[in-house]
Amino acid sequence: MKPTSSTATARRAPLSTTTVVYLALLGILLVGGIVVAATGDTLFSNANLVDMLTRSSLLGFIAIGQTLVILCRSLDLSVGYVVALSSLVAATTMDGDPARIPLAMAAALGVAAVIGLVNGLVVTKLKVNAFIATLGVGLIVKGYLDTWYAGPAGEVAPAFQAFGYTRIGPLPLSAIVMVALAGAGIWFLHYTRTGHHMFAVGGDTDVARMSGVRTDRTVIVAHILCAVAAGVAGLLIASRFGTGSALVYDDGYDLESIAAVVLGGTYLLGGRGGIGGTLGGVFILATLDTVFNVLSVDPFIKDVLRGVIIIAAVAIYARRRLTRKPDRFGGHVDPPPRPAPGDGAEAAHVKGGVA
Amino acid sequence: MTAPLLTMTGIQKSFLGVRVLHGVDLTVRPGEVHALVGENGAGKSTLMKILAGVYTADAGTVTLDGEPVRFGHPAAAQRAGVSTVFQEFNLLPDRTVAENVYLGREPRRRGMVDRRRMVADTRRLLEDLGVTGLSARARVRNLSVAEQQIVEIVKAMSHDARIISMDEPTAALAGREVALLYRLIERLKQLGVAVLYVSHRLKEIFDLCDRVTVLKDGALVDTSDTADLTTDDLVRKMVGRSITGFFPPKLPGTALGDVRLRVTGGGNTQLDGVDLSVRSGEIVGFAGLQGSGRTELAHALFGIAPFTVGRVEVDGEGARIRSPRQAVRYGIGLVTEDRKTQGLALNQSIAANARLVLDAVRPRSAGRAAKAVPGLLSSLELVARGHDQEVRFLSGGNQQKVVLAKWLVIEPRVMILDEPTRGIDVGAKHAVYTLIRELAAAGMAILLISSELSEVIGMADRIVVMRDGVISGELDAARLPADTAEETIMALATGQNTGAAR
Repeated sequence: MKPTSSTATARRAPLSTTTVVYLALLGILLVGGIVVAATGDTLFSNANLVDMLTRSSLLGFIAIGQTLVILCRSLDLSVGYVVALSSLVAATTMDGDPARIPLAMAAALGVAAVIGLVNGLVVTKLKVNAFIATLGVGLIVKGYLDTWYAGPAGEVAPAFQAFGYTRIGPLPLSAIVMVALAGAGIWFLHYTRTGHHMFAVGGDTDVARMSGVRTDRTVIVAHILCAVAAGVAGLLIASRFGTGSALVYDDGYDLESIAAVVLGGTYLLGGRGGIGGTLGGVFILATLDTVFNVLSVDPFIKDVLRGVIIIAAVAIYARRRLTRKPDRFGGHVDPPPRPAPGDGAEAAHVKGGVA
Repeated sequence: MTAPLLTMTGIQKSFLGVRVLHGVDLTVRPGEVHALVGENGAGKSTLMKILAGVYTADAGTVTLDGEPVRFGHPAAAQRAGVSTVFQEFNLLPDRTVAENVYLGREPRRRGMVDRRRMVADTRRLLEDLGVTGLSARARVRNLSVAEQQIVEIVKAMSHDARIISMDEPTAALAGREVALLYRLIERLKQLGVAVLYVSHRLKEIFDLCDRVTVLKDGALVDTSDTADLTTDDLVRKMVGRSITGFFPPKLPGTALGDVRLRVTGGGNTQLDGVDLSVRSGEIVGFAGLQGSGRTELAHALFGIAPFTVGRVEVDGEGARIRSPRQAVRYGIGLVTEDRKTQGLALNQSIAANARLVLDAVRPRSAGRAAKAVPGLLSSLELVARGHDQEVRFLSGGNQQKVVLAKWLVIEPRVMILDEPTRGIDVGAKHAVYTLIRELAAAGMAILLISSELSEVIGMADRIVVMRDGVISGELDAARLPADTAEETIMALATGQNTGAAR
């Protein structure tokens, strides 16, 4: 069975999408570094690196979770509200008492998990499109926040603020935790059945179901994990601000996390991608922001540039994944490429066996 | 004689009150290759899907090794050792071979998916089947159709399948890949796995199969050893009914006029050396196996995947057709193979669908021309609650009438019909045939693509047979002897008898 080997290897894509993402990140760091240097500043100063990584960690937590739902061909637009709610739950539960830190964290993440569960149930059992389902759940949370928390509320213990402000060299603790969570997420997708099934459900729900995968359960788990990751982002907000804040839902984390995921090479319609790429996407967005800040680029131009970069990236991925029916003819070369010389003998043998 | 591995007895199945299987029996012995044949609509796929656990039978029993079984879910059938390789593969293109093979039951070690074992086990299964050069880590997307089929078979073997049914496994394979499949089936036989082989290609049945079960119109004709059969016997059992009378005769006054459509040396990545001419008033039938290039030809003519070489003329005038829009401008209409996804906007009204082409291509005269729509629909005997009803609520036959109306209203010069009667009931079929006759009488040039040989033979003036992207033969329907017509076409379509083909 010779022919299989040559065809399988010849058509292998030269680079994985994740590699492309990190090459792009490298390119942006390089170009950004040069442009910033041209203005007499330096992009890789301690302050700028800290800024970049701090930006990354908050978006990173949300985008890691978002990756899981998008892999399942779902979506979560409620993450911004979950971040706000969990920051409030943590700060009000803690109320300045260091002894209540574990309780507050558990409460915040628990509440987030419940919202994720609701998202998952609405998407799978009520069969509401994820866009509408999570938007609706998000609006419900928003209503609650707007009614009960007009401004900041609660107070975190000083010890808890360490999560937001501790640094090890130029590395913020929050960024380290975020990268660790990303590592856990990558491990989860690679080494658990549920992780494998997420790719299957997103790739083709029918194939997954026909293979005995519990598709609904998989999607629900993804939604719960996504909300919990957003809950961790809420904890980070609380520790940074020292209090819970309802208004962070206005910061656009929902769409930005989706942008980071897609920029990281995860297919918006599911089944392909991963957290490694998302992390790259998060770093790209954070780098851009820091570069724009250092250069004090007009906010309008800043958004335009971000938009252009996201669209360009996705257009490039779309080109890469174009697949067609294998050619039967060159379309301009006359003799059709069959029969292959090596297989002539076998083909003839089979033909010879005709009754 | 060995005890049967699988017996299906008195299997009945109805869909929406229409009986498609009338108590069919099937026995498969261990390690045999058993062919299941019959015309389109004979009930082969339904029977297969019942075996696979996709459908459940209304009546009848299935036993495996003498034990009665009932599969409510494909996964249950697979666990019991009954696997099915459908024409549409059940594979995830973005996952590796190993991940696909073990999907849903990934091996675990200490709670973690044991990727190394998954790959090793897949490799071992590939070796067992004698397949080399297919990496267990390769992404399915990068595999050829034949290789994907191997993955499906490996997946079946990983379930310790004792019977694998294959639905038209060679339909999408190129010639040398078929040889590969032959060897794989040989190997399965050696391993004691029974294969239920559904195919239209008679040559394969005689090459591969030990016994053959023939179905016709949802009933069992009989089961016999292939050694005791000739091709003629088998075809007679499959067809066994007169086709004259069902197809309306040519209308009086239908005359063959000038050449309306001519293709010289047409080719693209899927087609090669296509020379073709269709005259006004002529119905040219296109026969061939699935994947032989008939639909690709329709797509080339209609500008979906245009010809990259060669010349197309419409009414003697050179036509450069690069998009469907241009094709419509030249007066070419295409009734697509899949009306639900390509022919209709399902949640729009009948009236809106009927005006679709008109509004798109002739917006200025659309208002005037659309006045003809109601008359057209009633002459097609459309059954609907009103013209504002959404087409998704119509039966298949009535949906097809809306598709036809959409084209007729622009009065095309050339009409390409790709499987126009697929999935519609007998009455609607007859209406479509009558309409085709009328269009021919009105001077249209008609290209009729069909997998139902009887349809091509019954309707066409001339039959063009395609194989592997080229025209493998052309037959004059009038001079085709009725009793061997199907075999002659099949021989050209399969390339079984290369001498006679050219």
